Amino acid sequence: MSEEERKSGGEFEREPVPDSALLGPGKFWGMYAGEHTAGTEFMIGPLFLAAGASLQDLFFGLLLGNVLAVLTWRFLVTPIAMSKRMTLYYQLERIAGGSLVRFYNLVNGLLFCFLAGAMVTVSASAVGIPFDIFYEAPAATFGFGAPSFTALVVVVGVVMAVVAAAGYETVARVANIAAPWMIAVFAACGIVSLVQMNATSVGALTEGRFWAEAIDFVQEKNGPQTFGFWQIVVFAWLCNGAMHFGMADLSIFRFARCKSSGWAPSIGMFLGHYMAWIAAGLLLAALIKVAPDATVGSDGKVSANPGLLAFQALGWTGIICVVIAGWTTANPTIYRAGLALQGVMPKSSRTTMTLVAGAVATVAGAFPNLSAQLLGFVGTYGTVLGPMGAVILVDFYLMKKFGLVDEYAAHSGVGINLAVLIAWLLPVGVGLYLIFWKGLFAAYAVIPAWFACGVIYLALSKLTQKPVAAK
Amino acid sequence: MVAQIVSLLALAATIVPCLLYFFGAIGLDAVKLTALIGTIVWFIATPFWMGRKLPVDAKEVEI
Repeated sequence: MSEEERKSGGEFEREPVPDSALLGPGKFWGMYAGEHTAGTEFMIGPLFLAAGASLQDLFFGLLLGNVLAVLTWRFLVTPIAMSKRMTLYYQLERIAGGSLVRFYNLVNGLLFCFLAGAMVTVSASAVGIPFDIFYEAPAATFGFGAPSFTALVVVVGVVMAVVAAAGYETVARVANIAAPWMIAVFAACGIVSLVQMNATSVGALTEGRFWAEAIDFVQEKNGPQTFGFWQIVVFAWLCNGAMHFGMADLSIFRFARCKSSGWAPSIGMFLGHYMAWIAAGLLLAALIKVAPDATVGSDGKVSANPGLLAFQALGWTGIICVVIAGWTTANPTIYRAGLALQGVMPKSSRTTMTLVAGAVATVAGAFPNLSAQLLGFVGTYGTVLGPMGAVILVDFYLMKKFGLVDEYAAHSGVGINLAVLIAWLLPVGVGLYLIFWKGLFAAYAVIPAWFACGVIYLALSKLTQKPVAAK
Repeated sequence: MVAQIVSLLALAATIVPCLLYFFGAIGLDAVKLTALIGTIVWFIATPFWMGRKLPVDAKEVEI
Protein backbone atom coordinates (compact mmCIF):
# COMPACT_ATOMS: atom_id res chain seq x y z
CA MET A 1 0.00 0.00 0.00
CA SER A 2 1.39 3.39 -0.94
CA GLU A 3 1.94 6.14 1.63
CA GLU A 4 -0.89 8.20 0.12
CA GLU A 5 -3.22 5.22 0.10
CA ARG A 6 -2.39 4.46 3.72
CA LYS A 7 -3.21 8.03 4.74
CA SER A 8 -6.57 7.86 3.03
CA GLY A 9 -7.44 4.62 4.78
CA GLY A 10 -6.59 2.46 1.78
CA GLU A 11 -10.08 2.80 0.31
CA PHE A 12 -9.17 4.29 -3.07
CA GLU A 13 -10.88 7.53 -2.15
CA ARG A 14 -8.91 9.60 -4.66
CA GLU A 15 -8.23 7.11 -7.44
CA PRO A 16 -10.23 4.59 -9.50
CA VAL A 17 -10.76 1.24 -7.80
CA PRO A 18 -8.36 -1.30 -9.37
CA ASP A 19 -9.64 -4.61 -10.78
CA SER A 20 -7.97 -6.51 -7.94
CA ALA A 21 -10.27 -4.81 -5.43
CA LEU A 22 -13.59 -5.47 -7.15
CA LEU A 23 -16.29 -7.34 -5.24
CA GLY A 24 -19.02 -9.75 -6.27
CA PRO A 25 -22.77 -9.10 -5.98
CA GLY A 26 -23.14 -10.96 -2.65
CA LYS A 27 -21.41 -8.20 -0.70
CA PHE A 28 -23.82 -5.62 -2.09
CA TRP A 29 -26.94 -7.66 -1.37
CA GLY A 30 -25.92 -8.12 2.25
CA MET A 31 -25.04 -4.48 2.66
CA TYR A 32 -28.26 -3.15 1.17
CA ALA A 33 -30.42 -5.58 3.15
CA GLY A 34 -28.90 -4.26 6.34
CA GLU A 35 -29.03 -0.62 5.34
CA HIS A 36 -32.64 -0.29 4.27
CA THR A 37 -34.16 -2.51 6.92
CA ALA A 38 -33.36 0.09 9.46
CA GLY A 39 -34.29 2.01 12.55
CA THR A 40 -35.93 4.68 10.43
CA GLU A 41 -38.47 2.12 9.19
CA PHE A 42 -39.84 1.97 12.74
CA MET A 43 -40.40 5.72 12.41
CA ILE A 44 -41.57 6.06 8.80
CA GLY A 45 -44.19 3.28 8.88
CA PRO A 46 -46.15 4.89 11.72
CA LEU A 47 -45.80 8.30 10.05
CA PHE A 48 -47.72 6.97 7.02
CA LEU A 49 -50.54 5.99 9.34
CA ALA A 50 -50.38 9.30 11.18
CA ALA A 51 -50.50 11.15 7.84
CA GLY A 52 -53.72 9.35 6.88
CA ALA A 53 -52.51 7.00 4.11
CA SER A 54 -55.04 4.28 3.31
CA LEU A 55 -53.87 0.66 3.50
CA GLN A 56 -54.67 0.06 -0.18
CA ASP A 57 -52.71 3.12 -1.31
CA LEU A 58 -49.85 2.02 0.90
CA PHE A 59 -49.69 -1.49 -0.63
CA PHE A 60 -49.77 -0.35 -4.26
CA GLY A 61 -48.03 2.99 -3.88
CA LEU A 62 -45.02 1.49 -2.13
CA LEU A 63 -44.85 -1.28 -4.73
CA LEU A 64 -44.63 1.16 -7.63
CA GLY A 65 -42.33 3.60 -5.86
CA ASN A 66 -39.85 0.92 -4.86
CA VAL A 67 -39.73 -0.54 -8.39
CA LEU A 68 -38.87 2.93 -9.70
CA ALA A 69 -36.16 3.34 -7.07
CA VAL A 70 -34.49 0.03 -7.94
CA LEU A 71 -34.56 0.85 -11.66
CA THR A 72 -32.92 4.20 -10.90
CA TRP A 73 -30.08 2.53 -8.99
CA ARG A 74 -29.55 -0.11 -11.65
CA PHE A 75 -29.70 2.03 -14.79
CA LEU A 76 -28.58 5.44 -13.56
CA VAL A 77 -25.95 4.79 -10.90
CA THR A 78 -24.37 1.42 -11.66
CA PRO A 79 -23.18 2.05 -15.25
CA ILE A 80 -21.43 5.29 -14.31
CA ALA A 81 -19.99 3.81 -11.13
CA MET A 82 -18.52 0.82 -13.00
CA SER A 83 -17.14 2.98 -15.79
CA LYS A 84 -15.48 5.63 -13.63
CA ARG A 85 -14.87 3.62 -10.41
CA MET A 86 -14.52 6.79 -8.36
CA THR A 87 -16.28 8.11 -5.28
CA LEU A 88 -19.01 10.67 -5.81
CA TYR A 89 -16.81 13.27 -4.16
CA TYR A 90 -13.71 12.73 -6.26
CA GLN A 91 -15.77 12.57 -9.45
CA LEU A 92 -17.49 15.83 -8.57
CA GLU A 93 -14.15 17.42 -7.78
CA ARG A 94 -12.99 16.67 -11.32
CA ILE A 95 -16.17 18.20 -12.76
CA ALA A 96 -17.02 21.03 -10.40
CA GLY A 97 -13.63 22.01 -8.99
CA GLY A 98 -12.06 21.52 -5.58
CA SER A 99 -13.47 24.61 -3.88
CA LEU A 100 -17.04 23.99 -4.99
CA VAL A 101 -16.94 20.35 -4.05
CA ARG A 102 -15.69 21.25 -0.60
CA PHE A 103 -18.84 23.31 -0.07
CA TYR A 104 -21.02 20.55 -1.50
CA ASN A 105 -19.25 18.02 0.73
CA LEU A 106 -19.94 20.13 3.76
CA VAL A 107 -23.67 20.34 2.94
CA ASN A 108 -23.69 16.64 2.09
CA GLY A 109 -21.91 15.65 5.28
CA LEU A 110 -24.15 17.76 7.50
CA LEU A 111 -27.31 16.30 5.96
CA PHE A 112 -25.93 12.77 6.40
CA CYS A 113 -25.18 13.66 10.01
CA PHE A 114 -28.78 14.78 10.61
CA LEU A 115 -30.11 11.58 9.05
CA ALA A 116 -27.76 9.53 11.22
CA GLY A 117 -28.86 11.64 14.18
CA ALA A 118 -32.47 10.59 13.62
CA MET A 119 -31.31 6.99 13.82
CA VAL A 120 -29.42 7.66 17.03
CA THR A 121 -32.72 8.97 18.44
CA VAL A 122 -34.56 5.86 17.29
CA SER A 123 -31.98 3.54 18.86
CA ALA A 124 -32.02 5.54 22.09
CA SER A 125 -35.82 5.23 22.22
CA ALA A 126 -35.37 1.47 22.49
CA VAL A 127 -32.41 1.51 24.87
CA GLY A 128 -34.42 3.73 27.20
CA ILE A 129 -37.41 1.39 27.59
CA PRO A 130 -35.86 -0.90 30.27
CA PHE A 131 -34.77 2.18 32.23
CA ASP A 132 -38.15 3.95 31.98
CA ILE A 133 -36.54 6.68 29.87
CA PHE A 134 -39.08 7.57 27.20
CA TYR A 135 -38.81 9.24 23.83
CA GLU A 136 -41.25 12.10 23.44
CA ALA A 137 -41.19 14.67 20.63
CA PRO A 138 -41.26 18.23 22.04
CA ALA A 139 -43.29 20.95 20.31
CA ALA A 140 -40.23 22.86 19.04
CA THR A 141 -38.19 21.37 16.19
CA PHE A 142 -34.96 22.08 18.05
CA GLY A 143 -36.28 21.28 21.50
CA PHE A 144 -34.62 18.69 23.75
CA GLY A 145 -36.45 15.72 25.23
CA ALA A 146 -36.13 14.81 28.90
CA PRO A 147 -32.56 15.25 30.28
CA SER A 148 -32.30 11.50 30.86
CA PHE A 149 -33.23 10.84 27.22
CA THR A 150 -30.66 13.40 26.01
CA ALA A 151 -27.96 11.69 28.10
CA LEU A 152 -28.94 8.35 26.61
CA VAL A 153 -28.68 9.78 23.08
CA VAL A 154 -25.11 10.89 23.86
CA VAL A 155 -24.11 7.41 25.03
CA VAL A 156 -25.68 5.70 22.00
CA GLY A 157 -24.18 8.28 19.61
CA VAL A 158 -20.65 7.88 20.98
CA VAL A 159 -20.79 4.10 20.63
CA MET A 160 -22.05 4.38 17.04
CA ALA A 161 -19.38 6.92 16.08
CA VAL A 162 -16.55 4.78 17.43
CA VAL A 163 -17.80 1.69 15.59
CA ALA A 164 -18.22 3.65 12.35
CA ALA A 165 -14.68 4.99 12.71
CA ALA A 166 -13.42 1.41 12.86
CA GLY A 167 -14.28 1.19 9.17
CA TYR A 168 -16.67 -0.12 6.63
CA GLU A 169 -15.52 -3.71 6.95
CA THR A 170 -16.75 -3.85 10.54
CA VAL A 171 -20.04 -2.21 9.62
CA ALA A 172 -20.65 -4.50 6.64
CA ARG A 173 -19.92 -7.56 8.77
CA VAL A 174 -22.42 -6.57 11.47
CA ALA A 175 -25.02 -5.60 8.86
CA ASN A 176 -24.53 -8.93 7.13
CA ILE A 177 -24.98 -10.88 10.33
CA ALA A 178 -27.98 -8.92 11.56
CA ALA A 179 -29.87 -8.51 8.28
CA PRO A 180 -31.77 -11.85 8.03
CA TRP A 181 -32.68 -11.76 11.70
CA MET A 182 -33.80 -8.14 11.53
CA ILE A 183 -36.06 -8.83 8.57
CA ALA A 184 -37.59 -11.76 10.48
CA VAL A 185 -38.22 -9.51 13.49
CA PHE A 186 -39.94 -6.84 11.38
CA ALA A 187 -42.17 -9.53 9.86
CA ALA A 188 -42.85 -10.95 13.32
CA CYS A 189 -43.81 -7.49 14.60
CA GLY A 190 -46.32 -7.11 11.76
CA ILE A 191 -47.87 -10.54 12.35
CA VAL A 192 -48.16 -10.04 16.12
CA SER A 193 -49.74 -6.63 15.52
CA LEU A 194 -52.38 -8.14 13.25
CA VAL A 195 -53.34 -10.64 15.96
CA GLN A 196 -53.49 -7.87 18.56
CA MET A 197 -56.02 -6.10 16.32
CA ASN A 198 -58.00 -9.32 15.72
CA ALA A 199 -57.17 -9.09 12.02
CA THR A 200 -56.54 -12.79 11.54
CA SER A 201 -59.12 -13.63 8.89
CA VAL A 202 -59.03 -12.92 5.17
CA GLY A 203 -62.17 -10.82 5.57
CA ALA A 204 -60.69 -8.64 8.30
CA LEU A 205 -57.43 -8.21 6.38
CA THR A 206 -59.09 -7.18 3.11
CA GLU A 207 -61.60 -4.94 4.83
CA GLY A 208 -58.80 -3.12 6.69
CA ARG A 209 -61.07 -1.67 9.35
CA PHE A 210 -58.28 -1.99 11.94
CA TRP A 211 -56.20 0.47 9.90
CA ALA A 212 -59.06 2.91 9.31
CA GLU A 213 -59.91 2.94 13.02
CA ALA A 214 -56.30 3.73 13.89
CA ILE A 215 -56.27 6.61 11.39
CA ASP A 216 -59.49 7.95 12.92
CA PHE A 217 -57.89 7.88 16.38
CA VAL A 218 -54.75 9.69 15.22
CA GLN A 219 -56.69 12.32 13.30
CA GLU A 220 -58.99 12.92 16.26
CA LYS A 221 -55.91 13.78 18.34
CA ASN A 222 -53.62 15.36 15.73
CA GLY A 223 -56.14 16.91 13.35
CA PRO A 224 -57.10 15.79 9.81
CA GLN A 225 -54.36 14.97 7.28
CA THR A 226 -54.24 13.21 3.90
CA PHE A 227 -51.45 11.26 2.23
CA GLY A 228 -52.52 10.00 -1.21
CA PHE A 229 -51.36 7.33 -3.64
CA TRP A 230 -48.97 9.50 -5.67
CA GLN A 231 -47.45 11.01 -2.56
CA ILE A 232 -46.65 7.47 -1.41
CA VAL A 233 -45.22 6.53 -4.84
CA VAL A 234 -43.01 9.60 -5.03
CA PHE A 235 -41.89 9.28 -1.41
CA ALA A 236 -40.96 5.60 -1.82
CA TRP A 237 -39.11 6.37 -5.04
CA LEU A 238 -37.25 9.43 -3.83
CA CYS A 239 -36.70 8.94 -0.11
CA ASN A 240 -33.25 7.69 -1.11
CA GLY A 241 -33.02 10.28 -3.89
CA ALA A 242 -29.62 11.45 -2.70
CA MET A 243 -28.32 7.89 -3.02
CA HIS A 244 -29.56 7.13 -6.55
CA PHE A 245 -30.56 10.35 -8.37
CA GLY A 246 -27.86 12.15 -6.39
CA MET A 247 -25.29 9.42 -7.19
CA ALA A 248 -24.01 9.10 -3.61
CA ASP A 249 -23.95 5.34 -4.13
CA LEU A 250 -21.31 5.72 -6.83
CA SER A 251 -19.01 5.42 -3.82
CA ILE A 252 -20.41 1.94 -3.19
CA PHE A 253 -20.93 0.60 -6.71
CA ARG A 254 -17.43 1.66 -7.81
CA PHE A 255 -16.40 -1.68 -6.29
CA ALA A 256 -18.94 -3.68 -8.35
CA ARG A 257 -17.45 -6.42 -10.51
CA CYS A 258 -20.64 -6.91 -12.57
CA LYS A 259 -23.71 -4.86 -13.42
CA SER A 260 -26.06 -7.28 -11.67
CA SER A 261 -24.84 -5.77 -8.39
CA GLY A 262 -27.03 -2.81 -9.35
CA TRP A 263 -30.12 -4.86 -8.51
CA ALA A 264 -28.95 -5.31 -4.92
CA PRO A 265 -30.91 -2.31 -3.58
CA SER A 266 -34.09 -4.24 -4.41
CA ILE A 267 -33.64 -6.37 -1.27
CA GLY A 268 -33.45 -3.24 0.81
CA MET A 269 -36.42 -1.68 -0.92
CA PHE A 270 -38.85 -4.57 -0.77
CA LEU A 271 -37.94 -5.85 2.65
CA GLY A 272 -37.14 -2.54 4.29
CA HIS A 273 -39.22 0.01 2.43
CA TYR A 274 -42.18 -2.26 1.82
CA MET A 275 -42.62 -5.05 4.32
CA ALA A 276 -40.92 -3.24 7.21
CA TRP A 277 -42.76 0.06 6.63
CA ILE A 278 -46.11 -1.71 6.59
CA ALA A 279 -45.15 -3.81 9.63
CA ALA A 280 -44.07 -0.69 11.52
CA GLY A 281 -47.32 1.04 10.61
CA LEU A 282 -49.19 -1.98 11.96
CA LEU A 283 -47.24 -1.66 15.22
CA LEU A 284 -48.69 1.80 15.84
CA ALA A 285 -52.17 0.67 14.81
CA ALA A 286 -51.91 -2.23 17.28
CA LEU A 287 -50.69 -0.04 20.14
CA ILE A 288 -53.59 2.33 19.47
CA LYS A 289 -55.91 -0.69 19.71
CA VAL A 290 -54.48 -2.27 22.89
CA ALA A 291 -53.18 0.78 24.80
CA PRO A 292 -54.30 4.02 23.15
CA ASP A 293 -53.14 6.20 26.06
CA ALA A 294 -49.55 4.99 25.57
CA THR A 295 -49.46 6.59 22.12
CA VAL A 296 -50.53 10.03 23.30
CA GLY A 297 -47.81 12.42 24.47
CA SER A 298 -48.01 15.17 27.07
CA ASP A 299 -49.15 17.59 24.33
CA GLY A 300 -52.24 15.42 23.70
CA LYS A 301 -51.00 14.31 20.26
CA VAL A 302 -50.18 10.84 18.99
CA SER A 303 -46.47 10.24 18.40
CA ALA A 304 -44.63 7.05 17.50
CA ASN A 305 -42.07 5.86 20.03
CA PRO A 306 -40.18 3.19 18.04
CA GLY A 307 -38.78 1.42 21.08
CA LEU A 308 -42.16 1.22 22.80
CA LEU A 309 -43.89 0.01 19.63
CA ALA A 310 -41.44 -2.84 19.16
CA PHE A 311 -41.43 -3.71 22.86
CA GLN A 312 -45.22 -4.08 23.07
CA ALA A 313 -45.15 -6.51 20.13
CA LEU A 314 -42.08 -8.66 20.73
CA GLY A 315 -40.70 -7.66 24.14
CA TRP A 316 -36.91 -7.64 24.48
CA THR A 317 -36.41 -8.91 20.94
CA GLY A 318 -38.20 -5.81 19.68
CA ILE A 319 -35.94 -3.55 21.70
CA ILE A 320 -32.80 -5.31 20.47
CA CYS A 321 -34.08 -5.03 16.91
CA VAL A 322 -34.69 -1.28 17.12
CA VAL A 323 -31.20 -0.73 18.55
CA ILE A 324 -29.44 -2.86 15.95
CA ALA A 325 -31.58 -1.56 13.07
CA GLY A 326 -30.70 2.00 14.01
CA TRP A 327 -27.07 1.06 14.44
CA THR A 328 -26.60 -0.70 11.10
CA THR A 329 -28.09 2.26 9.27
CA ALA A 330 -26.46 5.02 11.28
CA ASN A 331 -23.02 3.49 10.88
CA PRO A 332 -22.78 3.59 7.08
CA THR A 333 -24.38 7.02 7.15
CA ILE A 334 -21.82 8.35 9.63
CA TYR A 335 -19.12 6.66 7.57
CA ARG A 336 -20.35 8.42 4.43
CA ALA A 337 -20.56 11.70 6.29
CA GLY A 338 -16.94 11.14 7.34
CA LEU A 339 -15.97 10.71 3.69
CA ALA A 340 -17.86 13.90 2.84
CA LEU A 341 -16.15 15.88 5.57
CA GLN A 342 -12.81 14.44 4.54
CA GLY A 343 -13.47 16.06 1.18
CA VAL A 344 -13.41 19.43 2.97
CA MET A 345 -10.07 18.61 4.54
CA PRO A 346 -8.39 16.06 2.23
CA LYS A 347 -5.27 15.80 4.40
CA SER A 348 -7.23 14.68 7.47
CA SER A 349 -7.68 10.99 8.21
CA ARG A 350 -10.99 9.31 7.55
CA THR A 351 -11.10 8.04 11.12
CA THR A 352 -10.93 11.55 12.57
CA MET A 353 -13.57 12.87 10.19
CA THR A 354 -15.86 9.92 10.95
CA LEU A 355 -15.63 10.73 14.66
CA VAL A 356 -16.45 14.38 13.90
CA ALA A 357 -19.45 13.26 11.83
CA GLY A 358 -20.53 10.99 14.69
CA ALA A 359 -20.36 13.89 17.12
CA VAL A 360 -22.55 16.07 14.88
CA ALA A 361 -25.00 13.16 14.45
CA THR A 362 -25.18 12.75 18.22
CA VAL A 363 -26.00 16.44 18.69
CA ALA A 364 -28.70 16.17 15.98
CA GLY A 365 -30.04 13.03 17.65
CA ALA A 366 -30.63 14.98 20.84
CA PHE A 367 -33.53 16.79 19.09
CA PRO A 368 -36.28 14.15 18.97
CA ASN A 369 -38.49 16.20 16.66
CA LEU A 370 -36.05 15.80 13.79
CA SER A 371 -36.80 12.07 13.69
CA ALA A 372 -40.54 12.77 13.94
CA GLN A 373 -40.30 14.87 10.77
CA LEU A 374 -38.55 12.23 8.69
CA LEU A 375 -41.09 12.25 5.83
CA GLY A 376 -40.31 15.90 5.12
CA PHE A 377 -36.62 15.67 5.96
CA VAL A 378 -35.72 12.90 3.51
CA GLY A 379 -37.52 14.74 0.69
CA THR A 380 -35.61 17.93 1.44
CA TYR A 381 -32.40 15.93 1.67
CA GLY A 382 -33.04 14.52 -1.84
CA THR A 383 -33.89 17.96 -3.19
CA VAL A 384 -30.62 19.45 -1.94
CA LEU A 385 -28.26 16.60 -2.84
CA GLY A 386 -30.04 14.95 -5.77
CA PRO A 387 -29.37 17.58 -8.45
CA MET A 388 -25.60 17.04 -8.35
CA GLY A 389 -26.31 13.58 -9.75
CA ALA A 390 -27.68 15.26 -12.87
CA VAL A 391 -24.37 17.09 -13.28
CA ILE A 392 -22.51 13.78 -13.18
CA LEU A 393 -24.94 12.18 -15.61
CA VAL A 394 -24.75 15.04 -18.10
CA ASP A 395 -20.98 15.15 -17.79
CA PHE A 396 -20.69 11.40 -18.40
CA TYR A 397 -23.16 11.00 -21.27
CA LEU A 398 -23.66 14.35 -22.98
CA MET A 399 -20.68 16.68 -22.73
CA LYS A 400 -18.63 15.12 -25.51
CA LYS A 401 -21.72 14.69 -27.69
CA PHE A 402 -22.28 18.44 -27.48
CA GLY A 403 -18.64 19.17 -28.27
CA LEU A 404 -17.85 20.15 -24.71
CA VAL A 405 -15.08 19.10 -22.32
CA ASP A 406 -16.04 16.59 -19.64
CA GLU A 407 -14.44 16.79 -16.17
CA TYR A 408 -13.89 20.44 -16.99
CA ALA A 409 -12.38 21.43 -13.65
CA ALA A 410 -9.75 18.69 -13.87
CA HIS A 411 -8.81 19.77 -17.40
CA SER A 412 -8.95 23.54 -16.91
CA GLY A 413 -7.68 23.69 -13.34
CA VAL A 414 -10.50 25.97 -12.11
CA GLY A 415 -11.40 25.80 -8.43
CA ILE A 416 -15.08 26.53 -9.02
CA ASN A 417 -16.91 25.52 -12.19
CA LEU A 418 -19.50 28.29 -12.37
CA ALA A 419 -21.77 26.25 -14.62
CA VAL A 420 -22.08 23.62 -11.87
CA LEU A 421 -22.45 26.14 -9.06
CA ILE A 422 -25.35 27.96 -10.73
CA ALA A 423 -26.94 24.78 -12.07
CA TRP A 424 -26.99 23.32 -8.56
CA LEU A 425 -27.95 26.31 -6.41
CA LEU A 426 -30.65 27.75 -8.66
CA PRO A 427 -33.06 24.80 -8.73
CA VAL A 428 -32.23 23.85 -5.13
CA GLY A 429 -33.02 27.40 -4.02
CA VAL A 430 -36.35 27.35 -5.85
CA GLY A 431 -37.10 23.88 -4.45
CA LEU A 432 -36.35 24.92 -0.86
CA TYR A 433 -38.49 28.05 -1.28
CA LEU A 434 -41.43 25.93 -2.48
CA ILE A 435 -40.94 23.43 0.37
CA PHE A 436 -40.49 25.81 3.29
CA TRP A 437 -42.51 28.84 2.19
CA LYS A 438 -45.19 27.35 -0.04
CA GLY A 439 -45.72 24.05 1.78
CA LEU A 440 -44.82 21.79 -1.17
CA PHE A 441 -44.48 18.10 -0.22
CA ALA A 442 -40.67 17.88 -0.14
CA ALA A 443 -40.26 14.73 -2.23
CA TYR A 444 -42.14 16.38 -5.13
CA ALA A 445 -39.26 18.84 -5.61
CA VAL A 446 -36.54 16.22 -6.19
CA ILE A 447 -37.08 15.33 -9.86
CA PRO A 448 -37.88 18.84 -11.16
CA ALA A 449 -34.75 20.15 -9.42
CA TRP A 450 -32.71 17.26 -10.83
CA PHE A 451 -33.83 17.85 -14.43
CA ALA A 452 -33.43 21.62 -14.14
CA CYS A 453 -29.91 21.19 -12.80
CA GLY A 454 -28.89 18.93 -15.69
CA VAL A 455 -30.30 21.24 -18.35
CA ILE A 456 -28.84 24.38 -16.79
CA TYR A 457 -25.43 22.72 -16.41
CA LEU A 458 -25.37 21.75 -20.09
CA ALA A 459 -26.54 25.18 -21.27
CA LEU A 460 -24.14 27.11 -19.03
CA SER A 461 -21.23 24.85 -20.00
CA LYS A 462 -21.93 25.71 -23.62
CA LEU A 463 -21.77 29.39 -22.73
CA THR A 464 -18.87 29.42 -20.27
CA GLN A 465 -16.41 26.69 -21.27
CA LYS A 466 -13.12 27.88 -22.73
CA PRO A 467 -10.76 25.72 -24.78
CA VAL A 468 -8.44 23.64 -22.61
CA ALA A 469 -5.21 21.86 -23.42
CA ALA A 470 -5.67 18.11 -23.94
CA LYS A 471 -4.37 16.00 -21.04
CA MET B 1 -22.26 -26.46 8.72
CA VAL B 2 -23.43 -27.04 12.32
CA ALA B 3 -23.37 -23.29 12.99
CA GLN B 4 -25.44 -22.69 9.88
CA ILE B 5 -28.09 -25.16 11.01
CA VAL B 6 -28.15 -23.58 14.47
CA SER B 7 -28.58 -20.15 12.86
CA LEU B 8 -31.42 -21.45 10.74
CA LEU B 9 -33.16 -22.88 13.81
CA ALA B 10 -32.62 -19.59 15.63
CA LEU B 11 -34.22 -17.68 12.78
CA ALA B 12 -37.13 -20.11 12.81
CA ALA B 13 -37.51 -19.56 16.56
CA THR B 14 -37.88 -15.85 15.83
CA ILE B 15 -40.55 -16.06 13.16
CA VAL B 16 -42.42 -19.40 13.43
CA PRO B 17 -43.96 -18.77 16.88
CA CYS B 18 -45.56 -15.61 15.46
CA LEU B 19 -47.31 -17.69 12.86
CA LEU B 20 -48.46 -20.12 15.57
CA TYR B 21 -49.73 -17.11 17.52
CA PHE B 22 -51.50 -15.87 14.40
CA PHE B 23 -53.35 -19.18 14.14
CA GLY B 24 -54.13 -19.22 17.87
CA ALA B 25 -51.87 -22.14 18.80
CA ILE B 26 -49.74 -20.32 21.42
CA GLY B 27 -49.84 -17.14 23.51
CA LEU B 28 -47.90 -13.88 23.14
CA ASP B 29 -45.61 -14.56 26.12
CA ALA B 30 -44.39 -17.75 24.45
CA VAL B 31 -43.78 -15.80 21.24
CA LYS B 32 -41.68 -13.21 23.07
CA LEU B 33 -39.65 -15.86 24.93
CA THR B 34 -38.84 -17.97 21.87
CA ALA B 35 -38.01 -14.87 19.82
CA LEU B 36 -35.54 -13.75 22.49
CA ILE B 37 -33.90 -17.17 22.66
CA GLY B 38 -33.74 -17.25 18.85
CA THR B 39 -32.14 -13.80 18.83
CA ILE B 40 -29.44 -14.74 21.33
CA VAL B 41 -28.63 -17.98 19.52
CA TRP B 42 -28.58 -16.19 16.13
CA PHE B 43 -25.95 -13.70 17.27
CA ILE B 44 -23.83 -16.42 18.86
CA ALA B 45 -23.96 -18.89 15.96
CA THR B 46 -24.04 -16.69 12.86
CA PRO B 47 -20.64 -14.95 13.17
CA PHE B 48 -19.03 -18.42 12.97
CA TRP B 49 -20.06 -18.80 9.34
CA MET B 50 -21.27 -15.48 7.95
CA GLY B 51 -18.65 -13.00 6.83
CA ARG B 52 -15.66 -14.94 8.18
CA LYS B 53 -14.08 -15.67 4.81
CA LEU B 54 -13.19 -12.23 3.59
CA PRO B 55 -11.65 -11.67 0.16
CA VAL B 56 -7.88 -11.37 -0.01
CA ASP B 57 -8.14 -7.64 -0.53
CA ALA B 58 -10.32 -7.13 2.53
CA LYS B 59 -7.67 -5.14 4.36
CA GLU B 60 -7.59 -2.61 1.59
CA VAL B 61 -11.23 -2.52 0.56
CA GLU B 62 -13.80 -1.86 3.18
CA ILE B 63 -17.30 -2.45 1.94
